[in-house]
Amino acid sequence: MTGSHPVLTMTGISKSFPGVRALDGVDFRLFPGEVHALMGENGAGKSTLIKVLTGVYGVDRGTVALAGEQVSFTGPMQATAAGVSTVFQEVNLCTNLSVAENIFIGREPRRLGAVRWGEMRRRARALLTRLDLDIDVNAPLGSFSLAIQQMVAIARAIDIEARVLVLDEPTSSLDTGEVAQLFRVMRSLRDDGIAILFVTHFLDQVYRIADRITVLRNGQLVGEWTTGDLPQLSLVEKMIGKELDVLERLDEQPRRDVAATEGTPLLEARALGRRSAVAPFDLTVHAGEVVGLAGLLGSGRTEVARLLFGADRADHGSVRVDGSPTSLRTPVAAIARGIGFCSENRRAEGIVADLSVRENIVLAMQAARGWLRPIPRRRQDELVDRWVRALHIRPADPEIPVGNLSGGNQQKVLLARWLITEPRLLILDEPTRGIDIGAKTEIQRLVAQLSDGGTAVLFISAELEEVLRLSHRIAVMRDHELVTQLTNDQSVDADRIMQAIAAGAAHEGVPS
Amino acid sequence: MSTAQSRYRALTTHRLFWPVVVLVALVVANTVYRPGFLSVQVRDGHLYGSLIDILRLSAPLILVALGMTLVIATGGIDLSVGSLCAISGAVACLYISRQPDQNSMGGVLTALALGLAVALVLGAWNGVLVAVIGIQPIIATLILMVAGRGLAQLITEGQILTINSSPYKAIGVGHLLTLPLAIFIALAAALLIAAVTRRTALGLIVESVGGNARASRLAGIRSARITFLVYVISAACAAVAGFMMTANVSSADGNAAGLWVELDAILAVVIGGTSLAGGRFSLGGTILGALLIQTLTTTVYAMNISPQTSLLFKAVVVIAVCLIQAPGFRARFTRRRRVPAPAAAGADETRKEQVPA
Amino acid sequence: MTTTSLSPGRTWARLPRRHVPVLVTLALLLVLYGVGVSQYRAFSNVQVVFNVFIDNGFLLVVAVGMTFVILTGGIDLSVGSVVAMTAMVSAFLLREGWPAALVLVVALLIGPTLGFLMGCVIHFFDIQPFIVTLAGMFFARGMCTFISDSSIPITDGFWTTMSQQRIGDPSGTFVSISVLIAFAVVAVAAYVLAYTRLGRNVYAVGGNAQSALLMGLPVGRTRIAVYTISGLCAAVGGILLSFYTLSGAPLIAVGMELDVIAAVVIGGTVLTGGAGYVFGTVLGVLVLGVIQTLITFDGSLNSWWTKIVIGGLLFAFILLQRLIGIRYK
Repeated sequence: MTGSHPVLTMTGISKSFPGVRALDGVDFRLFPGEVHALMGENGAGKSTLIKVLTGVYGVDRGTVALAGEQVSFTGPMQATAAGVSTVFQEVNLCTNLSVAENIFIGREPRRLGAVRWGEMRRRARALLTRLDLDIDVNAPLGSFSLAIQQMVAIARAIDIEARVLVLDEPTSSLDTGEVAQLFRVMRSLRDDGIAILFVTHFLDQVYRIADRITVLRNGQLVGEWTTGDLPQLSLVEKMIGKELDVLERLDEQPRRDVAATEGTPLLEARALGRRSAVAPFDLTVHAGEVVGLAGLLGSGRTEVARLLFGADRADHGSVRVDGSPTSLRTPVAAIARGIGFCSENRRAEGIVADLSVRENIVLAMQAARGWLRPIPRRRQDELVDRWVRALHIRPADPEIPVGNLSGGNQQKVLLARWLITEPRLLILDEPTRGIDIGAKTEIQRLVAQLSDGGTAVLFISAELEEVLRLSHRIAVMRDHELVTQLTNDQSVDADRIMQAIAAGAAHEGVPS
Repeated sequence: MSTAQSRYRALTTHRLFWPVVVLVALVVANTVYRPGFLSVQVRDGHLYGSLIDILRLSAPLILVALGMTLVIATGGIDLSVGSLCAISGAVACLYISRQPDQNSMGGVLTALALGLAVALVLGAWNGVLVAVIGIQPIIATLILMVAGRGLAQLITEGQILTINSSPYKAIGVGHLLTLPLAIFIALAAALLIAAVTRRTALGLIVESVGGNARASRLAGIRSARITFLVYVISAACAAVAGFMMTANVSSADGNAAGLWVELDAILAVVIGGTSLAGGRFSLGGTILGALLIQTLTTTVYAMNISPQTSLLFKAVVVIAVCLIQAPGFRARFTRRRRVPAPAAAGADETRKEQVPA
Repeated sequence: MTTTSLSPGRTWARLPRRHVPVLVTLALLLVLYGVGVSQYRAFSNVQVVFNVFIDNGFLLVVAVGMTFVILTGGIDLSVGSVVAMTAMVSAFLLREGWPAALVLVVALLIGPTLGFLMGCVIHFFDIQPFIVTLAGMFFARGMCTFISDSSIPITDGFWTTMSQQRIGDPSGTFVSISVLIAFAVVAVAAYVLAYTRLGRNVYAVGGNAQSALLMGLPVGRTRIAVYTISGLCAAVGGILLSFYTLSGAPLIAVGMELDVIAAVVIGGTVLTGGAGYVFGTVLGVLVLGVIQTLITFDGSLNSWWTKIVIGGLLFAFILLQRLIGIRYK
């Protein structure tokens, strides 16, 4: 596959956004007839690189060359016309239209302005046969599974004589069989000489399909390897980075004592799972215990949290709280059992931006009391005042809209929202992502304090150091599966967790 | 003086600044055109004057708009209020017309209770469609908007049902403490709704659901109940407004009573600064909006222009207010050019969810 | 090489499912007609059917335009007022002594112009169609009374000919010219929706505007086009109405937008957009027409039952759409 000239060369690409250097002098090349995996953690610059390639963003510095000719696309449409097609994670097709139309809409075969349906169906069938797909091209796309829809999106992409096919996390919602079928299609396209740029969070898949791997970290190129030269563990190391992050500069907190895990657990999940979200898992949390949930982005950490909080409904398994069976089918039910949850998606699922800091803080407590029993204003002010001070929420005016606060302060408002309800288990999904270092330390201290006070915390973070520092026990997620649980004693360090992430469970993932 | 400047800026950027300016301008224009506009006279112990008339005539609209405010704050809309006005008015008038003594206080009170009860049932119907079955509000309430007119005509048997009941008539044209009773009723309703929303946590929860339905769900709010409730409240407001409209003319006309009041009410809410996307609501703003609309109508009337033509002015007001509120419009005038990339536009778009999903 | 056959989950249910709403409407229409024939002897007269078309030709044309708008997931509340305004302008200009041909051109230009402007506001400023077309409705209705407070009769020769011309056997079964025009509009609309890029883009925008944008389809142009088309259809409807009534009245067609929306929904078009056919809309209009005829025939039932029945049908069809899960979004 190598030896020929690269079909795509990106040289010295730099791209900055206000306050962030998303890409810093990144080189990337793609050969015809290869599947090339682009790997990196959240914020590594993968999606920025793809957006630069497809013309969504312009570059600050650097060049993009297609088959030796320098190009500069102004948008995805232009990129597509030049032979660079992209299929996104979300299927961007119209499910109400037929399969054939989805492939051809916008460039339907026509005669005298009239769409030639017969010709369109014939060509659609021919194209899909090339992808080993025999489906009714007349049926609406929505009647097929996501995998088929994904394949139709690919068919649309390659019909335009694509030389480069960018697949941006196409497998994240597919099950094992569907992934296998997608891979068959990818191999057959590769054998036809199409260059495929493949972005995924699933390590197994990289080793099953990719010929080469490029790793980005913090907007910089870490390197490019052929798959055989890069063992899984090294890949994880390259992605996460071994250098200790800024947290090292904080006052070192002693590795925390393992909390007493005797007695009835506060929460006990048995074989809890949800199809195409997370494979059935067992998880136990005791009072006062901090359980860390480690794993790469997209490994199913958030899905675990949402099941435990009733934000999504489990279709498998059972939950016990204080030893008695219970069902956490809705957030209301989970809150009634003393569970709180801060979503990783702060803007969309956390704050109500128009409402004031005070109103956001009392929201969960008020919801639990019902609207007929308002919290007296004096009590509200007391609570809000206490927590605004305790958490150093800035600005300290509780009456300004929370949307005007910085990310870190918004996160603290969300924490305060749950803390005033005095939860017994607090689920924190990426509470420290995208906030400044000061706020980060404060939140970490708070987690330790909560644990000392007897509150259990399920702590989700992509930063291993943070998880290691705070957790008594660490559950490791990989490819939508909880693969192992480690008691956080002296033997556990970042290497050990990376190994767990890289190696996975002994057995291959069982589709739910 | 910088403080004076900043105060001036705070004033002009207040969301009710422009509505107040327009209202004042209308009053000034009226006074110039007809110098007696501002004068208020005492006749038979009652106050009379154009301003009093505007207040009295705007009472039904204020009522309907108050209920609509809550519905819109949850991100919904209630198109059926006009029909509900007609139905409740028709029910009350029908009951009174069947009484041997139409002036009996007990009979009138029973009639009001009946009309209100029917409206509450229909409001609950809207609430179930939106909150339980999950039909889009605009579509769910369209059903009753269409069928409700028929129901109202069914009740009055297609006739204009005339009654002769002085207690009922008082709701529309009676006086209390020298002022029209209707003003007090609207005021009482406004205070009641303000108390219900601001003295309980209803207002907070409505704003939370309208502001961010997903976040509200994760905070443990049972949004279906709240959504249901606001449609019932809206129906109750429409019922009282319906009594007032029919009492004004001492007759119930299933076809004409409350015709297009839903559109005026939505307009009043929007002028009052409550966003159609839901979230923060302002009852005071809504009342101001309703007064503005009524003043506009009265002005057009006073200038001997056909009342229908006032719709032309309304059209201008609707577009102007919506444009000022529209982010797309603001963006055009604050940013020089739009980002051409369609994919980026898609990613940036944060549309509010329908309540309930 | 193995060819994988991955058929959708419920093959047996797929084909009917798409057409269930239209089939239900068709069945309903046949039942209604059957009831009519069994109850009233005169109902079996073919002219009864033709009369339904004659009485509802303008409604059909306007409903066709509304179908375009609803297919994109929008709504157009202005149609009733635009119908009235078109009739009003025609009557006024004819009274002023303008030649019929020129009046036709002017009258037919007003609707699409207003529709185009509304579409632009909806697209460029991202304001809800509901509010923008509400303003359009106010504007057009206001213009009606601005032109005249009272009804203006039309005495123009061309109009009276169009009104009285009977095609077919003038003493037996016949249709008016309006019906032919309505059929022509239906045919053109069906062709546009099925066989042109514009038509297919309408479905794509209604299915998923975001995806349509990413697939490179002209979403904005399509949106503006459907409101223009709806305005044009309303204008044609207004002309047909003026043929029918031989006058322009400021308060005619009040609330007609509700009948039109009801007809489109009963015809199986999904209010959230993306699914529906012009043929369904024809059926929807016929259902409304037959119900009206039935109620007229009955004599003991009054006209308000029409509204109640329409509301009931609206509810039934919205529920049906939900039950069979035609919510592609």
